[in-house]
Amino acid sequence: MKRAVVLTAATAAVAAAPLVVGTYYVLLMLPFMAYAVVLLGLNLLFGYTGLVSFGHALFVGIGAYTGAFITSRTTIRSLEVILLAAAALGALAAVPVAALCVRYVKIYFGMLTLAFGMVFYTFVLKFYRLTGGDEGTPFLRPSLLGHGLDAMPKIDYLTGPFYYYSLAVLGLATLVMWRIVRSPFGLCLKTIRDNPAKAETLGIGVTRYRFLAFVISAVYAAVGGALLGPPIGNVDPTLAYWTHSGNLVFMTLLGGFASFFGPVVGAFVFIYLQNWVMSVVPYWRLVFGGILALIVIFAPEGLLGLVTHRRPASARRA
Amino acid sequence: MMLRADGLTKLYGEFCALDNVSLTVGPGEFVSIIGPNGAGKSTLINILTGVTPPTTGSVRFKERDVAGIGPVRLARLGMARSFQLVQIFPNLTVLETLQAAVVSRLGRGTRLFASLASDREVQAGALEVAELFGLADQRHVPARHLPQGDKKLLDVASAFALKPEIILLDEPTSGVSTADKTAIMETLLAASKRVGLRAIIQVEHDMDIVFAYSDRIVALHQGKVLADATPAAILSDHRVIDTVIGRRARG
Repeated sequence: MKRAVVLTAATAAVAAAPLVVGTYYVLLMLPFMAYAVVLLGLNLLFGYTGLVSFGHALFVGIGAYTGAFITSRTTIRSLEVILLAAAALGALAAVPVAALCVRYVKIYFGMLTLAFGMVFYTFVLKFYRLTGGDEGTPFLRPSLLGHGLDAMPKIDYLTGPFYYYSLAVLGLATLVMWRIVRSPFGLCLKTIRDNPAKAETLGIGVTRYRFLAFVISAVYAAVGGALLGPPIGNVDPTLAYWTHSGNLVFMTLLGGFASFFGPVVGAFVFIYLQNWVMSVVPYWRLVFGGILALIVIFAPEGLLGLVTHRRPASARRA
Repeated sequence: MMLRADGLTKLYGEFCALDNVSLTVGPGEFVSIIGPNGAGKSTLINILTGVTPPTTGSVRFKERDVAGIGPVRLARLGMARSFQLVQIFPNLTVLETLQAAVVSRLGRGTRLFASLASDREVQAGALEVAELFGLADQRHVPARHLPQGDKKLLDVASAFALKPEIILLDEPTSGVSTADKTAIMETLLAASKRVGLRAIIQVEHDMDIVFAYSDRIVALHQGKVLADATPAAILSDHRVIDTVIGRRARG
């Protein structure tokens, strides 16, 4: 009940933000919403299945490049088409990666995902004619629900139609993930996270479930990645770089992987905190490194864990 | 015959952990495997449950070769197990643990968008097993907060929730006080009638429990079957008394 109230208030605040908050802060909401989609998926793997991926920027990159290719190489501009194509390509790329990675756990899983991420990063960086190399590929303004909106000033487009479109995608992604974690499938993932050997004796095929969770998380990452493109207007390899994967894990830890909305909170705090720290000191990574250390030591359940504090002992399970 | 193991041998390098062990379990039987430490009990259990393949020999369950097929497929075929060291899902409640077993039994684990809370068959199935094992009052307690005896019960209960035909219990009463041991066994037997279990195999060190409940006892010593007989026959077998039971009584 309390959660429903908080959730309604938060949604209302996000919906009202373009009307009351300055343009600059409204624009920062766009990457927040995109990352929130990515992290909802990543946490299915992290918080619910117990696998920490250091390579999910790969799928963010696939989503973003999908949008850039479609808008700059074809006449298609529809964001619906872009998001569907991103989801499909994210899943397609995830199948071989997941098939290999889910056979390993812990550090080996993490290192394998990192390796695949590096391969993809090098690919987009070096195949200049296909990807534009380090200059990237333009992500032209997509049409929304069949409306071209090309005549609209960019800021109005981003803080208006695109803002609410992103919010709707985030809302839909949240509802679908909410259902997944409360499904029989979601329960099986939790058994695997807690005790894979025991799960197997109950007839739960660990590898198959990890595989499915991985592919779903990749689809979310690709969809979120496609939403990251339009505000920047250009997609370059930094999106697929391994430090970007690290940021995703950081955001998840910051908000708290043990709760459903933890990563969403983490994305929000990360974006605004990063923006604020960058405006104060030139070394934001130095500050963020300190914050990460403090979180792991003093608040292993992240910010949401500090607020709710319902399951204190589960922090050390990972 | 439900389970038949023929000529099982397991070598670990030079070391022979099991030496030509044969064993059968028929419908309605409660079979106990006993033996001193190092006799090969754990190796035997791991082979019977498909975890490790034997070096030579075969294991047939319901006329099917199950040697080395792994725990997942064996569970689906109708053989469940519990562990010597209690295995639980620390963050899941009693009910969630049992629901997971029921979900697995019904083959509903890949229902991605179905609501677990409104799946009546899963909810009822889990609650039924919780009640059988006297865990219903604690159904919303996370497994890690249960007392040790109840963790053990939950481990066994989740295996029962699979409604297996045969179950292998690796020291079901270890780490539990003597007073609780009999209670656990009574619960187990009552539950096995309710879920339609057809046979039980247990590895057990407590001879009071072994002799009180077994239809048949298989005594292992140095990787070989020393005796395979009824409790009464075992008690009159001096070889077994001296090498297996007596040693424990003195030690």
